[in-house]
This record gives sequence, C-alpha cells and structure tokens, in this order.
Amino acid sequence: MLDLSFLPSGRGGAVTDLPDDQDDAQTFAMDAAAFSHPSFVLPSVADPVAWMKHQMSDAAENRIKMAKGTTTLAFKFKDGIIVAVDSRATGGTYIASQSVKKIIEINPYLLGTMAGGAADCSYWERELGRRCRVYELRNKERISVAAASKLLSNMVYAYKGMGLSMGTMVVGWDKTGPALFYVDSDGQRLKGDLFSVGSGSTFAYGVLDSGYHCNLSIEEAIDLGRRSIYHATFRDAASGGSVLIYHVRQDGWQVISRTDVTELHYQYAEEPRPSLL
Amino acid sequence: MQMYEEQKSSCPVKVPVECRFSPYTDNGGTTLAIAGDDFCVIAGDTRQSEGYSINSRYAPKVYQLSNGSVLATGGMYADGVTLVKMIEQRLEWYRHAHDKQMSSGALAQMLSTILYHKRMFPYYVWNTLGGLDEDGKGAVYSYDPVGSYEKQKWNCSGSAGHLIQPFLDNQIGFTHQKEKAPLTLERVVQVTKDAFTSATERDIYTGDNLEMFLVTQNGIEKTRVELKKD
Repeated sequence: MLDLSFLPSGRGGAVTDLPDDQDDAQTFAMDAAAFSHPSFVLPSVADPVAWMKHQMSDAAENRIKMAKGTTTLAFKFKDGIIVAVDSRATGGTYIASQSVKKIIEINPYLLGTMAGGAADCSYWERELGRRCRVYELRNKERISVAAASKLLSNMVYAYKGMGLSMGTMVVGWDKTGPALFYVDSDGQRLKGDLFSVGSGSTFAYGVLDSGYHCNLSIEEAIDLGRRSIYHATFRDAASGGSVLIYHVRQDGWQVISRTDVTELHYQYAEEPRPSLL
Repeated sequence: MQMYEEQKSSCPVKVPVECRFSPYTDNGGTTLAIAGDDFCVIAGDTRQSEGYSINSRYAPKVYQLSNGSVLATGGMYADGVTLVKMIEQRLEWYRHAHDKQMSSGALAQMLSTILYHKRMFPYYVWNTLGGLDEDGKGAVYSYDPVGSYEKQKWNCSGSAGHLIQPFLDNQIGFTHQKEKAPLTLERVVQVTKDAFTSATERDIYTGDNLEMFLVTQNGIEKTRVELKKD
C-alpha cells in the first residue's frame, strides 16, 4: 500500500467547488460534459466501420472474438412479467463461460436482457441505468419503461451501422403497470407481450407459444419460462449452462431461481409423456 | 504492422499496390488466476512470440498494480503495456481526487469502461484481474477485448486457455466429482504449476518461465518457476 499520510484528509479537490445552493439547471450546466454522450477512439483509416468489421470476421489474421450465442425470453402475464435466460458465452466453437449473467439489473424496477455482443449490452444498459437515475433526480419520479427503452434505442441508433450488436428486452413495472419492450442495435423498438431473442429463440418460441396464455399462475409461468429455455439449450449448441429466472412485480424485480440445465434434463426426463400414437 | 507505399521502380508498368492497416499481432502466452477464500493467485508465463519466432524468454505480462490488485494481460504485448500505463495513471488520479486507493471492484468496472471506449479500435488484449475484494476475499475478473467482464473463482485465458480451463474446472471447481478437497493456497500453487508445465508440453506459445503473484492480506509475494525452453 502506498503511504498517503502526507495528503490532507477529507474530500479531495474534485468536488469541493460545487455551488452551495443553485437551481438544477445551473448545477447541470456546470458539469455538462459529464452527462454528454460518451466518445470512442477511432482507428486512423478511411473507413473505420469496414476496418472493424474485417477485424471481427473469419478472414482477419488476428480475429477479435466477441462472446455470442444466446437464448433469452420474457413474457407478460396476469401477475407481472417472467424473464428467463441461459448462461452460455461462446467464442467461435469454444465455450468461453457457462456462468454469464444475461439479465442486467438496471435499477430495482428495470431489467435488461443480453443477446448479441456482451460488452455492447452491458455497457449501454449501464449507461441507461445512469440516465434513468439522472431522470429521477431531475423529475422527482421514476422513469417509465417506455421512456427508458426509448433512451436505449436512441443511444444505440446514434451508432447505427458502426457494428454494435445487441438484441435486448427492457422489462419493468411503472405507472401503467407491467411493460415489456424489445430494443435492438438496428434501432428497432417494439412493445409486446412476449418476446424471445437470440440463436435459440426459435426453439424457445415453440415451447413458449404452446403453453402461453395470460391467466397462468406464477408457478406455471415460471415453469413455462424455464422449460422454454431448457428446450432451447437442448437444440441450440450456442445456448446452455444454467437457466436464470426473474419475476417482475409491482414492487420491483425478484430473483426466482438459477438451475443447471443438466439437473432440469433429468427432472424433465422422469415426467410422464403423452403417447405419440 | 505493415503499411505499403506505392511501388517506386524504373519499370514503366504499373501494378496495383495493396494498402492495409493491420495493427494487431498475437504475442501468445497464457495467464491464469484463481481466487480462494482469503487469497488469490495470479500467474502467467513469460514467453513472448510472433509466429514461430520467440522474441523474448522473459517479457512479463502480469503486472502488480498500485492499488494492490494484479492484472494479467494476454494477446498483443504492446497493447497490454499501453493499457497498464493508462490504468496506473487513472489509479493515481483517483488517489489524488479521493485520498484513498481504488477498490478492486471499482477497478474492475473502470477497466471495462476503458476497454469499451476503444470499442471501434479495440486493445487486442484478454485481461484477467485478480486480488482481494472489499471483504478480503479472493476475487478474479476476466474480460474480453471490448470490456465484457464477469467475476469468477478461477479463469485461464490466452494461447493455452482452452487447454487449462477444463483442467481448472475439474481440479478447482470439482465439476462432475463427488469429493471436493479444500482449496488451500498450497494446493492452488501446485495446481497452477502443474497446469503450466503440462500446457508448455502442448502449446508452442507457452513456456520459458512461470511468474506467480500470491495475494494475501499480508501483501503480495512474487515467485518464479522455470518452464521448458523448447
């Protein structure tokens, strides 16, 4: 440890020059830079986007692999929203991790899911969390899910065509009740009752659609979410690990469970199945 | 890095000249970190290569940072050095602004943002950050080149990462095993040595020396073990 005893104790110089009592507008104006869009370093080439695209392609000599491959889902029902995801990250054919947290806790009332580039999702959803906090401080009330998802959509739309890759669901509970939005890096933003995103989404949709209706009980809804992810991990090699489930209610989100898919495999195998004839 | 300028010759025939910007090289090497209850071991080999050439037998890529954390870098050596310089500067600014050392959790998040700010021109580096967290427990954070990170108990990345990681899952995480041995510092050091001596036998980019940092509440101990030189 470095000896810092020579420094004066108490707060450092960075925050001592805050004005004592001024209205919000001036306080924010003073430090406008801190609330602006982040900036990115660019390579000094004619077409940075094409360059980056090449570096991430199979043709690149030293390829930059980003974690990819996912199954995520979320759906509304009478008692809120269920969010369920797998936990596998793959770089090419290598399983980079079996323990990724693909549900991002933006704040106690908002969740985001992760599909596509892991860094893109976690960076922009963290930035979204910061902006939601600033909104709360300015307006003395929580941001709606519609507004939050639009903040995210507008942020990534500013970088459209520059190689960002994210397919996310923004989920929460606001004045209007439970709300669910799909936002992706192309700039698409959709409101809906049921979404599944990622390479295993088609498999998840198959199970989800066959069992979904609005009047599911909480237990039934949790089970449906878990089964959908499990079956996606069974057929999609890029999905796997464990199934993480959150439940969004009026008083915020709750962690329901994290179960290894191998455990689910043997659990489901013992259940009686209908005869095919 | 290669940059070709237009051909200058006496030949009157013009040929198309390729111009490209390829700033990345993979200098190989393997890094490993394992967190225990009250300790953390961060290790890396010291070989630096380019293709089939060995540039150096002792080019350390595991760095002890000024806040008591240890950062292991893999991938492109030059980018790793640049990144560590940048982190050290930010750690110093933080000390002056806040009159205290940055916690390992804060450093972990800061490293992620530093990497993401070069999202369009990434550092070609796979980082593993090790140390003790705010409660004195061992902590390991691993990163992709653009800043996606995860807190883990053990991690191995770099050129022999795919060889060692399953071995660690088995010997440290005891996956698919009934009996679980207690994770002592001595056992972690032994597993680390075994991992590197074995990886050296199968990976051409791993070898020469193994440098280990043992982080405990009493401080950081740095040790070096020889690996095969062929």
